[in-house]
Amino acid sequence: MLYREALNRAIDEVMSVDETVVTLGEDVGLYGGSFRVTEGLVEKYGEKRVIDTPIAELSIVGNAVGMAIGGLRPIAELMTGNFSLLAFDQIINHMAKLRYMSNGKLTLPMVVRFPQGVSKQLAAQHSESYEQMLSAVPGLRVLSVNDVNYAYHALKYAILSDDPVVFIEHELLYNKKGEVDFTQELDPFKARIAKEGSDITIVSYLKMLDDVMLAVPEIEKELGCSCEVIDLCSLNPIDYATLSKSIEKTSRLVMVEEDHKTGGYGTQIIAWAAEEMFYALDAAPLRLAGEDVPIPYNRKLELASIPTPESIAQKVIEWGRKNDV
Amino acid sequence: MNKLLAEEMYYLMVLGRAFEYAAKENYMKGNVSGFLHLDIGQEGFSVAAIKAFEKGDIFSTYREHIMAMARGIEPKAVMAELFGKATGVSGGKGGSMHLFEPSRFFYGGDAIVGGHIPNAVGCAYARDLQGSEDGVMVIFGDGTTNGGAFFESLNIAATHKLPLLFLCENNEYAIGTNIKRAAPFREQAKKAEPYMLTYEVDGMDAEAVYKTVREAQKNIQEGHGPVFIEAFTCRYEGHSVSDSNAYRSTQEMNHCKAKDPIKRFKKELQEKWLCSEDEIQTIEQKAQKTVEEAVEYAQNSPEPQPNVLFENVFYEERKNVVS
Repeated sequence: MLYREALNRAIDEVMSVDETVVTLGEDVGLYGGSFRVTEGLVEKYGEKRVIDTPIAELSIVGNAVGMAIGGLRPIAELMTGNFSLLAFDQIINHMAKLRYMSNGKLTLPMVVRFPQGVSKQLAAQHSESYEQMLSAVPGLRVLSVNDVNYAYHALKYAILSDDPVVFIEHELLYNKKGEVDFTQELDPFKARIAKEGSDITIVSYLKMLDDVMLAVPEIEKELGCSCEVIDLCSLNPIDYATLSKSIEKTSRLVMVEEDHKTGGYGTQIIAWAAEEMFYALDAAPLRLAGEDVPIPYNRKLELASIPTPESIAQKVIEWGRKNDV
Repeated sequence: MNKLLAEEMYYLMVLGRAFEYAAKENYMKGNVSGFLHLDIGQEGFSVAAIKAFEKGDIFSTYREHIMAMARGIEPKAVMAELFGKATGVSGGKGGSMHLFEPSRFFYGGDAIVGGHIPNAVGCAYARDLQGSEDGVMVIFGDGTTNGGAFFESLNIAATHKLPLLFLCENNEYAIGTNIKRAAPFREQAKKAEPYMLTYEVDGMDAEAVYKTVREAQKNIQEGHGPVFIEAFTCRYEGHSVSDSNAYRSTQEMNHCKAKDPIKRFKKELQEKWLCSEDEIQTIEQKAQKTVEEAVEYAQNSPEPQPNVLFENVFYEERKNVVS
């Protein structure tokens, strides 16, 4: 099953049993979804529940908030992370805060999902990542999964959850193949050990995790070590228990992410490690992130602006040699 | 309208004005803090609109104390919220600008200008899907009609023929900026005309507001889609109590106050509903007493417990696990 098919299956299954679930966004209906995630749903559930909206992101999320207040369980799709910025008032000031401001009188069972990140030469206004901003907002759950099985389970959980969830996808993951275990009971807030190891803990999420996995064989060969790779899955809350267990074992931490380095998501992981895991670490952590530049169009420049399997391998090996791994 | 309702509306208007003055007084004393937006001068509009929209969901702004009380939220729970007390309608977490009571289908209390309109559109969509006829009313000021959220909402509500009443309170001031300096015309209903049925009404005339809102809701209930009402009102105070209102001349304010909605409605009460001076005095005294009791209740109520700081961020609490 493909990643996008796993997402589709999750939405489809919930819509088939719960008629309060609706999905809305640009081209989610008749067109089938910009990335085909909602393909076939309008034929099954009709235009009232699979709602094609105008290009008005503020309203897509703002309407979803009102639908949730009105007793529905909306899934709002935004075409890309950069467009989510037009909806930030609704995501941050409304979706995240109404429950708290009303002292729990309002409940907002809703999901906002969008793909983000560098795909292929889409330039600066279609390639950026925003998990660092959204994970910093109290009141939001932020899920961002790499694995196809998790895609199915985490999205299903998000839709059924009574809390507002931001579900961040990546354009390059939609056609990723994987197996889905439909019978499994999976906690999407628990980090996934993508690969077990004993010498270096490499933490990543979303598409970057695949690049880490591609870099690992060379790192292990060159350094003669074994890497443990952790897929965060949930960016807020963070499964610190899994992280600390791994760091206690390996004594070394590498964080790999696609967003810009300054203020990027990994600052939280590194800051936490500095505060809480300082004495468990044998070396200063290494953080690999995107450069502090808007994403350029030219392919060579674009690839130079974010970590790649090659650059991850090279930098981790260099760091490993300096730190006696 | 009948005599009983007219008396209730008068009670709510008088209560509203006394409440707002008491809130202001307690702001000066330091019991109420933050931003406090008073609705003095617009009580007739606020009460009539809410009473006319008898059933259905209401989304309003940060100038909503009187509307909340007209919807049935206890004055003491509103005052306690202004005081930031645990017994406040939002447990002391919302304050003056964030009063919510879903059991009364009243959803605040939104302090992002225009931010609540898309929410009302979504709620109207939900009601339509659920087959409910009463619809949704969203209340906002003239300043809101210059923002993007408003225009997006007109478009979506009209496209889906949603059961939504747009109620614009045009007091001609966006904080301190006169409408003439922020929009090309005074009548904001012109912006909605291509999309839906529009009405203009004297917002200082509570009975006219009541009738117009009733008619609009009937239209919505009959399935004709959204309606826009523009009510011209007059705000006696500054935007909030920290605004000295210096940008309006005495002449302008006198002209404004000559249209006082409470005096006007009182006259109707006497002439149309034949209320005696005694009956009116009883209503006024009752309102005054309710406000005094609300202040006392707020004053004597406990502060929120420190542990509630972390409550109700989420429905399902999940602590981050730090080893």
